[in-house]
Amino acid sequence: MAINPSMVGEVFAAEPYEVSREKIREFAAALRDDNPAYHDPDAAQALGHPDVIAPPSFLMIISLEAERKLVYDPAFGIGDPRRLVHREQRFAHRRPAHAGDRLTVAIRVTDVEYLGDNEVLHFEDRITDADGELVSTATSTFVSFPEERA
Amino acid sequence: MTATATITGRRPHAGVEVGPILADRSFTLHRRDLVRYAGSSCDYNPIHYDDTLAREAGLATPIVQGMFTMGLALTLVTDWAGDPAAIVDFGGRFPRQVPMPNTGEAAEIVASASVVEVLDAPLVRLSVSVRLGEARVLTMPRVLVELA
Repeated sequence: MAINPSMVGEVFAAEPYEVSREKIREFAAALRDDNPAYHDPDAAQALGHPDVIAPPSFLMIISLEAERKLVYDPAFGIGDPRRLVHREQRFAHRRPAHAGDRLTVAIRVTDVEYLGDNEVLHFEDRITDADGELVSTATSTFVSFPEERA
Repeated sequence: MTATATITGRRPHAGVEVGPILADRSFTLHRRDLVRYAGSSCDYNPIHYDDTLAREAGLATPIVQGMFTMGLALTLVTDWAGDPAAIVDFGGRFPRQVPMPNTGEAAEIVASASVVEVLDAPLVRLSVSVRLGEARVLTMPRVLVELA
């Protein structure tokens, strides 16, 4: 099974995602992070933010959900999407996401490489707010690993 | 979790020097922590918590989510910078997986962060990494922080 090369360059948009205080709190707690900017709206406002902000890696929730929908689509051509491991990730934030944001992601498959038995998938995700303004650009690389692996 | 830390605001760019920012931070991870991160990040890939399905997917044991190690490591930088919004650009790679067998034994990972370049104000570039024993499991050579 090989990734369908015609997917390169295609753009896929996901349903809008609403950032909530509780999801930010839950995510920060999983990271054992009690930073007031994530937990306390007053503290976040004192820093100049409209509401509690999301930790820097929070937007992976949105990127990954959209990328997952894509790779689980049989038309994409991945045999077993569980065999994808995350190799690289970058975020260039224009501004922090905050509670109340309604964010949309558009993901583009920028490249597929074939390294031996492995396929390497590159995505670029543009995350925009309700006004269509760019919030962050994410780039992700996943590698499919072969059957036999210790 | 309650917010007990205080807010300091962004650290001033003036006076920042090349070198480690804070003491290395170690994190003890159990399988249950991976489950919690899976839920909070909506990453339900079973290779992070299910022995049988991880084996079926070709892994000896479940592995720690790379983004979990990245998120934990970035707490060093957000604490240092004073405002998490100061982290404007970061990227890293996961050169090695962190196995999480279901033996009850914890995985101990250690994060470190250093200023590697003081750029024109208000920017500085940091390098962040996470080790498991001697092995690097996350390298982030370019973390851009916008200070005051």
